[in-house]
Amino acid sequence: MRLQHAPVVPWADSEERVVKDLLIKTSELSKTYVMGEFKVHALRGVDMEVSKGEFIAIMGASGSGKTTFMNLLGCLDHPSSGSYLLDGTEVHTISDAELTRIRNQKIGYVFQSFYLLPRTTALENVELPLLYCNKCNLHQRHEKALSAMRKVGIEDRRHHFPNQLSGGQQQRVAIARAIVNDPVFILADEPTGNLDTRTSLEVMAVLQQLHSEGKTIVLVTHENDIASYAERLVTFRDGKIISDVLNQNPHNALADLAKLPKLEEED
Amino acid sequence: MSIFGIIRIAVKSLARNKTRTFLTMLGIMIGVAAVIAMLAIGQGAKKIVDDQINSMGTNVIIISSNWGSQRSGARPAAGSGQLLEVADVEAIRDRVEGVLYASTIYNTWGRMKYEGNNWRTGIMGVDADYFFIRDMQAEKGSLFFSSDIENSNKVCIIGKTVADNLFGETDPVDKIIRIRNIPFRVAGVLKAKGQNVNGNDQDDIVLAPYTTVYTRLLGQHWRNMMIMVSAESKETINVVQQDILDLLQSRHRGTTSEEFSVRTQTDVAEAANKVSNTMTILLASIAGISLLVGGIGIMNIMLVSVTERIKEIGIRMAVGAGKRDVLLQFIIEAVTISILGGFLGILLGFGAAEVVGKSMKWSVAVTPWSVVLAVGFSCAIGIFFGWYPARKAANLNLIDALRYE
Repeated sequence: MRLQHAPVVPWADSEERVVKDLLIKTSELSKTYVMGEFKVHALRGVDMEVSKGEFIAIMGASGSGKTTFMNLLGCLDHPSSGSYLLDGTEVHTISDAELTRIRNQKIGYVFQSFYLLPRTTALENVELPLLYCNKCNLHQRHEKALSAMRKVGIEDRRHHFPNQLSGGQQQRVAIARAIVNDPVFILADEPTGNLDTRTSLEVMAVLQQLHSEGKTIVLVTHENDIASYAERLVTFRDGKIISDVLNQNPHNALADLAKLPKLEEED
Repeated sequence: MSIFGIIRIAVKSLARNKTRTFLTMLGIMIGVAAVIAMLAIGQGAKKIVDDQINSMGTNVIIISSNWGSQRSGARPAAGSGQLLEVADVEAIRDRVEGVLYASTIYNTWGRMKYEGNNWRTGIMGVDADYFFIRDMQAEKGSLFFSSDIENSNKVCIIGKTVADNLFGETDPVDKIIRIRNIPFRVAGVLKAKGQNVNGNDQDDIVLAPYTTVYTRLLGQHWRNMMIMVSAESKETINVVQQDILDLLQSRHRGTTSEEFSVRTQTDVAEAANKVSNTMTILLASIAGISLLVGGIGIMNIMLVSVTERIKEIGIRMAVGAGKRDVLLQFIIEAVTISILGGFLGILLGFGAAEVVGKSMKWSVAVTPWSVVLAVGFSCAIGIFFGWYPARKAANLNLIDALRYE
């Protein structure tokens, strides 16, 4: 486990930042979709740098290009132009097979609708990324998956199927899956979009806890409340970054959770 | 990812859809079962044919003339030419080396009577050698002798079926029956032989001296002569066969080898096996078609399965499954279905062959190569019909697959 707290540096003078802490650097990153005769410029030259250990919220209304940017950051898609450096790899130049490897080993995904495999136990879902790298045997896979589940407090549900879990529990399984391969950053796409306030806070608390343990987290959201738990807010509009500010006083999800009125019954 | 890991994934996702997996398997299962059963039954039939041909007597050569077939215009039935003569039999017996016995045979039909009873059956005019060639013994009474032939005595030997129908409980020996109104003394009853290759009753026969048959029973234009010869050994039978042909040609000037039909038991067996092989091929190709249909069933289900699991494929790709992993997963799923179906089919085929064998009293034989064939075939079907759906899955666009609803 990399337990390194990267210093939060002001962004205005990014040129002076220490290179060894640099995790993500995009320059002039663009994406154009061709739809019949039309060209849709979803992303128009985005320059961004992310250091290790940051907790960034990417915000923007729908159509702002934040999802496209997330797809590119997550190596789910190829940029039309521009460059993307991830943890020392020039992602925009590499082959599909290598891209697959990067997705597997360097990025942990948390999606809005969880994206767990149906009729597959929580434990097997968490083990999924490990299945696709040849590094560990059955026993090690179990160990790693269980320790990831322990970290997000869901290990007691390991033999449950997704449809037997609540939304919050499913998302925690998904987070466990995201961290099981010890990725360099976690990419969370609207992780609370399908959840109520309480479970949203629970999920944010898990993410904050992971961040406190040194994980880099990129959170894509359109909700200001959710973004307020991140340390840096990047706002997109029309395929460009329009603001990139530090959140000097991020909320604490655990504290907010305690403030909520007590529930009558457990789910 | 290791191939074993992919196999695990494939088997797991099949296990999630047990009913569908089983139903998909059914096509292959029935196809393989049909192939196995057909081949087993075919083998059994072949064995029976061989056994019965061997029971006909050992190292037998059958000679008839094809003379009729040479004539243009109205053709008499094959074998009805009058090319062969009784003298030929003597010549074959005396001059061809390796010939043990030789007998003239005249075939005809006739109605016979004993008191109130009627029966119509085939009558064979034979030489005394015939009993040795066919290994025939009298169960009651005796066989007839060379003297009976020389004197054209009106004696006959009847098969068990004839005896049962004409005499019932009465002892037929030394009784007089009338064949085409000519009285014959029954010298004996043959030991029962049962059915022959073609399912004909070998005991439904009357044997009489060929001289008697020739003079008393054959018409002027129907002198259907055959010669049956037994050779000394299996090894020399082909030489004997050729020598007989040569001798006949030299005795009948101006004839070609096509005018004589000199066939050994092996030739007859081959002809019979040809028929049973044709049947086997026919049935096997029907079975093959059902395998093909089963394969198309697999492809169909795999296509549905790919469409149904587009999201799953997207998730797998997002967390690190490569194109190759997805391709292999779906191919292995298809192959697993077909191989599993194949194995169940083999068991089912064994069962079916066993049941058929029991009910028809055949010794069916499941050969190892038919099992190998069935497994190999079902594996190939899995790969062939799994390829297209698997490729479709592997070529999915990751983002589209992930966002697919």
